[in-house]
Amino acid sequence: MNKPVNPSEPTSEDDYGPLYAARKKVYPQSVSGTFRRIKWGLMAFCLGVYYFLPFVRWNRGLGAPSQAVLIDLPNSRFYFFFIELWPQEVYYFTGLLIVAAVALFLMNSVGGRIWCGYLCPQTVWTDLFYAVERLIEGDRRERMKKDKSSDPMRLERISEIVLKHSIWLLIAWWTGGAWVLYFNDAPTLVKQLVTFQAPMIAYIWIGILTVTTYALAGYMREQVCTYMCPWPRIQAALTDEWALNVTYRYDRGEKRTSVKKAAELRALGEHAGDCVDCYQCVAVCPTGIDIRNGPQLECIQCGLCIDACDNVMAKIGRPTRLIAYDNDINIQRRQDGKAPIYRIVRARTVVYSAIITAVGGIMLYTLATRSLLDVNVLHDRNPVAVRLSDGSIRNAYTVRLLNKSGYDRVIAIDADGPVNATIHVVGVDSVTPDRPMIVIPRDATSELRLLVTAPAEVNPEKSIPVRFHVTDIGLGEAASATDNFVSP
Amino acid sequence: MTDHHGDFDSVSGRSTTGHEWDGIKELNTPLPRWWVITFYLTIVWAIGYWVVYPAWPLISGHTRGVIGYSSRADVAVELANLEKIRGDKMVALGAASLADIEKDPALLALARAKGKTVFGDNCAPCHGSGAAGAKGFPNLNDDDWLWGGTLDQIMQTIQFGARSGHAKTHEGQMLAFGKDGVLKPDEIVTAANYVRALSGLPTRKGYDAAKGEKIFAENCVACHGEAGKGNPELGAPNLTDKIWLYGSDEATLIETISNGRAGVMPAWEGRLDPATIKAMAVYVHSLGGGK
Ligand code: SF4
Ligand code: SF4
Repeated sequence: MNKPVNPSEPTSEDDYGPLYAARKKVYPQSVSGTFRRIKWGLMAFCLGVYYFLPFVRWNRGLGAPSQAVLIDLPNSRFYFFFIELWPQEVYYFTGLLIVAAVALFLMNSVGGRIWCGYLCPQTVWTDLFYAVERLIEGDRRERMKKDKSSDPMRLERISEIVLKHSIWLLIAWWTGGAWVLYFNDAPTLVKQLVTFQAPMIAYIWIGILTVTTYALAGYMREQVCTYMCPWPRIQAALTDEWALNVTYRYDRGEKRTSVKKAAELRALGEHAGDCVDCYQCVAVCPTGIDIRNGPQLECIQCGLCIDACDNVMAKIGRPTRLIAYDNDINIQRRQDGKAPIYRIVRARTVVYSAIITAVGGIMLYTLATRSLLDVNVLHDRNPVAVRLSDGSIRNAYTVRLLNKSGYDRVIAIDADGPVNATIHVVGVDSVTPDRPMIVIPRDATSELRLLVTAPAEVNPEKSIPVRFHVTDIGLGEAASATDNFVSP
Repeated sequence: MTDHHGDFDSVSGRSTTGHEWDGIKELNTPLPRWWVITFYLTIVWAIGYWVVYPAWPLISGHTRGVIGYSSRADVAVELANLEKIRGDKMVALGAASLADIEKDPALLALARAKGKTVFGDNCAPCHGSGAAGAKGFPNLNDDDWLWGGTLDQIMQTIQFGARSGHAKTHEGQMLAFGKDGVLKPDEIVTAANYVRALSGLPTRKGYDAAKGEKIFAENCVACHGEAGKGNPELGAPNLTDKIWLYGSDEATLIETISNGRAGVMPAWEGRLDPATIKAMAVYVHSLGGGK
């Protein structure tokens, strides 16, 4: 703690310590336990999904891409298993973003920065890189010793370093490789990549992701979580006193003392702290903090310190969970001799869940009832209306038909508008009584020029609404759009 | 980057820059080294740029840079590539007959898209960007065609023009009956009213229909036909419909009859390649007025 500063005294930087502190390298120690196991499991799951999802096939019929998840930029289509989205439907992504954001809020109100500790890509890859480092260079103590060693250039050491960075780069490279597979047919692209036939942009993206993965997971690590990520700042505003955070139960832990001393005290019937000040919780922490100092911005809620401390407690024969997912309210209640209460169902968790359900429900509903036939109409602006030689009036429209289904369709076009009007589609002369029909190939759009001609005498108003109906004459599926018919 | 002047601030113990204003000294707070290095690297980079890319203006021109880069050359390459990509399609367009183009949705879409841009570049100054025309410049959206509105006729008009001087151009013009003294002023007024009556427009008080019919029969039928329906061979407009190129009011008609009309449509053959002219014909035809 700094001494209180009298403003009239000359002050200097030294009173507060320097404003900039160089990074202290963190050497997290390996640990085993419940949360470590959960983390391994989630890591395997996340990486598995990320690396292998592009290879999952999904049969959409002949000619359509058979990749389950595909972002087809050249053709502006997005495929996700049975879902196929067109550019007009990007609002689904808005919905997805809302759900994702509120899910993050919900997680936060239940378990604080729990996303950070278990699911965030930064955590997942950093954890993986640490595992590699540990495997090659040894655990915390060894790594610290090796880094400090005044004789680092022995062959053995060099080969270790080279090996570590090669594996890191390999992982980073594969991360970039998996990324581009989401944008093209995966098996084909893999073949092209190894034979150097792939488009330049693929190599560029692989390069970008290789560099960022290597730098972020290999070097910047916890600094991303502490300094670069906005989430800790936001989550501080979203959390409340009921959220379960990794908490040092100071009521049990203090005063820190040795095992022997504690036993003596307890024999005398006095209170003795359970914390033996062994620093295991600090040693394993990937952000290098001491959780016993209370809730901290840097803590990513990974629970590894819980595992570490649980191991210590088990060894000295004290109850585990000296550090646990808990909150100060319950520490207080226990101190007062009351039973702890855990309020997962609170106003904010209910509201968040309701939002997720509502937005998710709306998305599912619109997805289920999504039309596979669509029509857009645009009135010609120049000229808006044309008078023909017999005095009748004609308006021209650009009609865009969208066939989102997997088969070709025959579409009939009608228009309700001015009395006795006739419609004509340019390039279509097979008109069954005033009803042009056209074929639109599957999964395609078709732009037509449509002319509506009305006799002058039955059209006294300046502007009349027209409704265009398009009907699939095979299946009866229909869509319509409205515009105006204008007189000159 | 430490102490340049041997002067230290007594309070903070840090070196100063030696600059002093009213007894206040400026502390020497150097930039972080990585920042300075980055700054020097950008300078090196900039010098490299001067050498490699066109950079310095000279009295007549500019330095070209060692790799000879030029954005114009890039554009030329891109355009050439574009031509190559479109090549097959434009060849297909050139090979297909006009009627076949309209029947093939892919060719039609290509012809309309191509035709629209070419129209915007070449025809819009007279006919307007939407081809709605103006006084003296025909509206191409309607169904009234001086030289005929079938695909082939439109194509021909675009190719050779009207009174364009091209060997195959459309010829024929409205004579100047007043200027040339063929008709007297009162006869011209009568003829104008006769023509208005043909398309159902009201006539002036005291207009003599019989006299009008006689004047018309003697002077106008040769081109406009007995019923006044016009003749696309001669570019003679139909006088019985609702569409008037120069206007239908009496004064305009009097001027037309007195001084004649001879609008010019340039010939595009030679200026645009055949496939492009075809695309334009299809586009104009698809505007809706085609027959
Ligand atoms: S304090 Fe504990 S939960 Fe927080 S980051 Fe460190 S190890 Fe993880
Ligand atoms: S691991 Fe547990 S006992 Fe050891 S210092 Fe941390 S809180 Fe105390």
